[in-house]
Amino acid sequence: MADAKTFNLSCPVPRVADDRIVLAHGGGGRLTHQLIEKIFIPAFGNPMLEQRHDGAVVPVNGARLAFTTDSFVVRPVIFPGGNIGDLAINGTVNDLAMCGARPLYLSAGFILEEGLEMETLRTVVASMQQAATNANVKLVTGDTKVVDKGKGDGIFVNTSGIGVIELNVPTEISPASVQPGDVVIVSGDLGRHGIAILSVREGLEFESPILSDCANLWPSVEVLLKAGIEVHCLRDLTRGGLATTLNEIASDRNVYIKLEEALVPVNETVQGACEILGLDPLYVANEGRFAVFVPAAQADAALEVLKKVEVSQGAVRIGRVEESPGRTVVLQSRIGGNRVVDMLSGEQLPRIC
Amino acid sequence: MKFVSEYRDPKAAEQLAAAIRKKVTRPWTIMEICGGQTHTIVKSGLEDLLPKEISLVHGPGCPVCVTPIELIDKAVAIAKRPDVIFCSFGDMLRVPGSSKSLFDTKAEGADVRIVYSPLDALKLAKQNPERQVVFFAVGFETTAPANAMAAWQANHEGIENFSLLVSHVLVPPAMEALLSSQNCVVKGFLAAGHVCTIMGFEEYFPIAEKYRVPIVVTGFEPLDLLEGIYMTASQLEEGRHEVENQYSRAVKREGNRPAQKTIAEVFEISPRQWRGLGEIPASGFQLKGRFQKYDANRRFPFEGVPAQESPDCISGLILQGLKKPHECAAFAVKCTPENPLGAPMVSSEGACAAYYHYGRRQNLQPELSGPASR
Repeated sequence: MADAKTFNLSCPVPRVADDRIVLAHGGGGRLTHQLIEKIFIPAFGNPMLEQRHDGAVVPVNGARLAFTTDSFVVRPVIFPGGNIGDLAINGTVNDLAMCGARPLYLSAGFILEEGLEMETLRTVVASMQQAATNANVKLVTGDTKVVDKGKGDGIFVNTSGIGVIELNVPTEISPASVQPGDVVIVSGDLGRHGIAILSVREGLEFESPILSDCANLWPSVEVLLKAGIEVHCLRDLTRGGLATTLNEIASDRNVYIKLEEALVPVNETVQGACEILGLDPLYVANEGRFAVFVPAAQADAALEVLKKVEVSQGAVRIGRVEESPGRTVVLQSRIGGNRVVDMLSGEQLPRIC
Repeated sequence: MKFVSEYRDPKAAEQLAAAIRKKVTRPWTIMEICGGQTHTIVKSGLEDLLPKEISLVHGPGCPVCVTPIELIDKAVAIAKRPDVIFCSFGDMLRVPGSSKSLFDTKAEGADVRIVYSPLDALKLAKQNPERQVVFFAVGFETTAPANAMAAWQANHEGIENFSLLVSHVLVPPAMEALLSSQNCVVKGFLAAGHVCTIMGFEEYFPIAEKYRVPIVVTGFEPLDLLEGIYMTASQLEEGRHEVENQYSRAVKREGNRPAQKTIAEVFEISPRQWRGLGEIPASGFQLKGRFQKYDANRRFPFEGVPAQESPDCISGLILQGLKKPHECAAFAVKCTPENPLGAPMVSSEGACAAYYHYGRRQNLQPELSGPASR
């Protein structure tokens, strides 16, 4: 029996400074942020980039345009409820919508791997065409490159998009407009996209299959704006999930965001998968869900119009913004205890979009 | 969600918490053995419901945390071999070895894969007969049956390109090591429910008797833990030191006999090195007899350099319940989940990582106390 005197307290030396890219740099969490802060912002920094929003809002001859870009590397290319094509259109459309902009024109760049089956490409392109039609956007320019077999993974897609912020949007829709007193609303249940990808990748089978929530979010944003809701901020809840998005806002605005676990909507099958796999739905990626910050007095009106649109009919209020302690997201658990909800650290699931 | 929501019911939680408050008259330090329990405690903010007399300390029951650094170095060395597919549960990948983690090794081109079961690794071995598939078999008694079954299946099907890098540890010897330590602060234990699902709880009777310490086999949901704490506190207040079973919906006194039989067929008891605690006699499993040919240690001889240790990490004190994570000077400063100094900052079951992620940082405590708080 070892006794206290023989206990040898041991621990390793610190890890050497990161000298290579690891998958977590693309995870949307803390390492992605470090990459942006340490490599990209110092090189490219300018006031528009430093808004750190899903897209940039640029003034052009009196109009306000939103501009954004996104690359898609999801594996597998075709997954329950969609494929890389839907994702590439809706991802960029949603980034524009989150700026409060009506999506108008998109570009598409394809990086194809030698040996990709033409049928797969046809399927992806057909989905893109369908998604673009549904979102009422036009694909107006594009590019194609092919890389040697083994140097890509079937198909990677980049899309960029331009949208217009219409003149009737009075406030700036951005994390900078979030204020204490705001109510946080999510547009529906969380975690479907991440669990759908995981189910095919890990060969998990559920009684009722989980489909990706991949969808165009502009109709929901449009009804909010048309109803005259004073929208302070919109964020889609992609990589890193709700937790990471709220942390970014709490940190940028130096505010306190308080959530109630019992109010956060999660589908039962998704919850079950998360319980089994040790995942937290707050961190699981979505491709058709967003959070909206509105003044408390307008929360009911916002919910009323959101619920009328199919993609956001599950909208609910989940929390509120307070002043202090700043830079913190706290969740009150079902049993009444409190815990801090941190930003995603490390990689939960690589290549989810 | 059925079988989950019932155990997170706020009213029942408050009733149990009230019963605990009513019961305790003096300070008591209770250790939950299992990292899964630590995770629930911190994630559900359970300590907010407890009276100040109850102090929970977090035990060594996180397999990732107690796997010795030498073995991580060995895993890294094996994973680097071009003929190897190295399979592991996800948590092990980020644990720092002497110079790098398995994740770093993967970034450098090694074929390192996350699997959810050792049998998935065995399947990979069948699919890749020209490669060597190695599974990092870490864990307590809970994961031992599945790992034993993988070796048994490999033997049964004559699969030769499969091996296990074994680092299996056992709970009761670790409890004895903690209890026999001069500076032991623990007055009662919440035993790890899942370990007892396999092993039963007969082996705890001599420990409870010898050290006069209450041991309550406890589950993993918030209400399980509150009830386990209530039962332990009741024993302490009443001067009893018994083995009780809170987790009776999953745990039988004799445990899971077929699982134990499989373990006994494949593994034998051996001394083990525990990271942070040192060597504890008869505290682990190693492959025995005809299964030794599946031992990655034998298949891939490795002469490691002596592991380097960080003087800033106090994980040994944390694993013994002598310190809490936020009492470490490096906590959340030099030591974070992205740059962990020690293993408890890595795994989701590690006490330091649980404190970090769920905000049990000293500076936030006052603001975090809700209305239900002490």
